[in-house]
Amino acid sequence: MSTGINWLKYSSPQAFYPLAGHLIPWFACVAVALMGVGLYMGFFVAPTDFQQGEAYRIIFVHVPAAWMSMFLYVVMAVWAGIGMGLNARLSFMMAQAIAPTGAMFTFLALLTGAMWGKPTWGAWWVWDARLTSELILLFQYAGVMLLRTSIDDVRRADRASAVFALVGVVNVPIIYFSVQWWNTLHQGASVSMATGSKMASTMLTAMLLMTVAFWLYSIAVILARVRCVMIERESSPVWNDEKPAVIQETVEAR
Amino acid sequence: MQWGSASEFFAMGGYGLYVWTSFVATALCMVWEVLALWRRRAAACAEQRAALLGGTDETTA
Repeated sequence: MSTGINWLKYSSPQAFYPLAGHLIPWFACVAVALMGVGLYMGFFVAPTDFQQGEAYRIIFVHVPAAWMSMFLYVVMAVWAGIGMGLNARLSFMMAQAIAPTGAMFTFLALLTGAMWGKPTWGAWWVWDARLTSELILLFQYAGVMLLRTSIDDVRRADRASAVFALVGVVNVPIIYFSVQWWNTLHQGASVSMATGSKMASTMLTAMLLMTVAFWLYSIAVILARVRCVMIERESSPVWNDEKPAVIQETVEAR
Repeated sequence: MQWGSASEFFAMGGYGLYVWTSFVATALCMVWEVLALWRRRAAACAEQRAALLGGTDETTA
């Protein structure tokens, strides 16, 4: 390969495990730093919204959480698809590691949405297309995880949850375009590729900083979880960071 | 900066309850997720150590 790095090497869990271990602190540190700057901008630099008052500041967690909930679902489905196509262990492990974080962000998107809906719409919840499809996404994440835990055989569990994840991916464009396709109470996108942003630039900067921070947080957490999954799935001790210590301990114990 | 005082900041123009619930819930979820992963990792490592010792959990003590 032209880069001189054999990236395919990292498709094996043995090589991926230490690589992930080295990457986690970097992603975590940058995530925390960006979250700090994003929160500062969101609370101290971004102006008050002339329509929604201070309640609008919820978007600094709501929008990144909602974006991550959809994005992570697609990434999970892609890993599930690669796993199905290539019968690759690591791909199924990645899909397994993504689901809980995706579910958490879906829950947070719904919760913070309710916190925004109550003061602005006067209701915690409405059966609007955007909200309903996002709630379905939460059930899909739950389904993917429950299907896995309900099947003892790991290979069958991998495949069953992969199929479930892949079928459910149709809901993601439905969520995304729901505000255009149906007459929803949820407002349309304030940021779009075609028309640019309708927000004050400091608001947009704060929101994008928080989004990147959530993104890096997700990568760090998912890499940490995939390492746990690797340890849990493999009976041989090759994964252990403290390998020399473990072996030493074992020798002493004998 | 639009805040005259700390109490004004925490009041969030009357939306304090909603704004702070959102941010605190998000922070708690993230902290909980990191702690849960920490525990999961410790449990997985302990189990592997036990398997390596060739015994069940009680051999690890």
